[in-house]
Amino acid sequence: MEALTGEVRAINRALRALPDGASALVADPRGRHNLAVGLDADVRITLDGPAGYYTGGLGKRADLTVNGPVGWGVGENLMSGRIHVKGDASQSAAATAHGGLVIVDGDASLRAGISLKGGTLAVGGDVGAYCGFMAQAGTVLIGGDAGDGLGDSLYEAVIYVSGRIAGLGTDARVEDLTEDDVRKVRDLAKTCGFDHVDPENVTRVASARTLYHFSTQHHAAY
Amino acid sequence: MNHTFPPSVIAEIQERAALGRYAIRGLGARRAVPSFDDLLLLTASASRYPLEGYRERCSTTTVLGARNASQPVVLDIPITIAGMSFGALSAAAKDALGRAASEVGTSTTTGDGGMTPEERSSSKTLVYQCLPSRYGFNPDDLRKADAVEIVLGQGAKPGGGGMLLGQKVGPRVAAMRTLPEGIDQRSASRHPDWTGPDDLTIKILELREATDWRIPVYVKVGATRVEHDVKLAIAAGADVVVVDGMQGGTAATQSAFIEHTGIPTLAAVRLASDAIAEVGADVQLIVSGGVRSGADVAKALALGADAVSIGVGALVALGCNDSAYTAESGERVDVTGDYRKLKVLPGDCAHCHTGACPVGIATQDPVLERRLDPDTGAERVANYLRSLAMETTMLARACGKSDVHRLEPEDLVALTVEAAAMARVPLAGTSWIPGVTG
Repeated sequence: MEALTGEVRAINRALRALPDGASALVADPRGRHNLAVGLDADVRITLDGPAGYYTGGLGKRADLTVNGPVGWGVGENLMSGRIHVKGDASQSAAATAHGGLVIVDGDASLRAGISLKGGTLAVGGDVGAYCGFMAQAGTVLIGGDAGDGLGDSLYEAVIYVSGRIAGLGTDARVEDLTEDDVRKVRDLAKTCGFDHVDPENVTRVASARTLYHFSTQHHAAY
Repeated sequence: MNHTFPPSVIAEIQERAALGRYAIRGLGARRAVPSFDDLLLLTASASRYPLEGYRERCSTTTVLGARNASQPVVLDIPITIAGMSFGALSAAAKDALGRAASEVGTSTTTGDGGMTPEERSSSKTLVYQCLPSRYGFNPDDLRKADAVEIVLGQGAKPGGGGMLLGQKVGPRVAAMRTLPEGIDQRSASRHPDWTGPDDLTIKILELREATDWRIPVYVKVGATRVEHDVKLAIAAGADVVVVDGMQGGTAATQSAFIEHTGIPTLAAVRLASDAIAEVGADVQLIVSGGVRSGADVAKALALGADAVSIGVGALVALGCNDSAYTAESGERVDVTGDYRKLKVLPGDCAHCHTGACPVGIATQDPVLERRLDPDTGAERVANYLRSLAMETTMLARACGKSDVHRLEPEDLVALTVEAAAMARVPLAGTSWIPGVTG
């Protein structure tokens, strides 16, 4: 395993130069922003401490572990691969992620999974308000409680909540859990190591699809 | 001046009451606002020495984004094609714009919904937009781009986000945007992963990291609080600031936005160029919103723009609002009847939002799309761009400039007090600049 130190630009260059199958450790990330951005290889990277904004953003294929909390936009626009945060995440975790899996062991702040486009976000703890805002496709699993405005303006993404929901957002609704849902949640919880999630006792939140067409009749809904 | 309730207003109120809706349309502002037409160029005579038209060289080479990018954008002319989405426009229209831009050595720009392979292959220099919706945004296309433009707003609808009505959200558009087919698609009005200029600084660095600092980062704003927005964009690290005035076009937005938000391009360009000068950064300014002619280009450059961007003008060159299209056989096919179905006449159509574009440009209808021949369209747009460049150099030469980028505010006067105040140039025949010299 290669151990990397230095400035963000040099670290990222070294990470992007790694061949498939390689591993690297960033020993002292010091909460810096934009670490491990733009990766596109089957590599295993560990950030051994807190990381800042956009950790692992715009990435493909890589397996990234962060031994600490992360700032805004972890896994932003992720296309594939996996990011595992062994701590809390700030706002907009997995924003616009098209694919891949972002795991947050702790809590995630506001707007987790915002504009999700097919990726998967799994949060072991609680999420703040407006989780899944305008999420288009993909899955969000919340192992703890969800804040206000959950799933506001959802499109086709689905949210599963293990704990309590403070309030649903516009056009979001609770739906019956199907066998497929249970299977999906069980597999995801197992992958993430979320032993505290009971797949048969999560709440499924999806779009009521009442706002798919603009109308002045919806004036009061916004 | 109209009174408060002229027939057009009464008709509009009656339509709202009957149908429960407000007006949505395409293109740009139709109200009269101070514009480049209100400025005149002071060409040379005894006190200035003109260059020989059609003979002596006048450079139009334009370099954008050299302060951070290892590969800045280098254009042959200071006239670029503005961002317009595949979805709003047909694939053939995007292809034609790309080909035209490449032929004359300038750039074109993607739009909401991502980059199509057609436009990448047809565009020698392609600016990739990073919009709040992030529809179709991905790192592979980012790395294929020649510049990335973070869009904060648009002149036609600053602060308003975007819309693509269901009739244009066909299978390919829906797939590119990860949305269900046929829905009225909403484009977000703010970015999902940052708020405020300090965050924008980090976002810009993320894009630089993902592209290994190779390509310039533009920041585009709709012209509202221009001075502050430009300074904040520069402070955040933008290499190029794009300012889109209220006359800028759109494929669809509420008429209330088009006519009642933002400020005129004429005012915006001077505010932006002064802001850049005050900061003293090596940052270029691109101005858009109602640029139609070489005279407009020359005046924008004289007021401090490094380049202009055109959208509606390019579409009109492509055939927008033409009464006929050219069939594969070369025959001109009259489509006035199709305009009438939209309750408009050729030359007065702004129904881009309907997807029923009679000339196959602003549509996703497979039948209508075929009305635009990309070869013919590209040739027409290239002709238009060349004519703009020629007019610009003609006027620059007459002002004694061997480089269009040496045009300056001193080369301008204003015809009206309003234009003089906005552009901060003297009212013609006086030395009076309202707000500056008294």
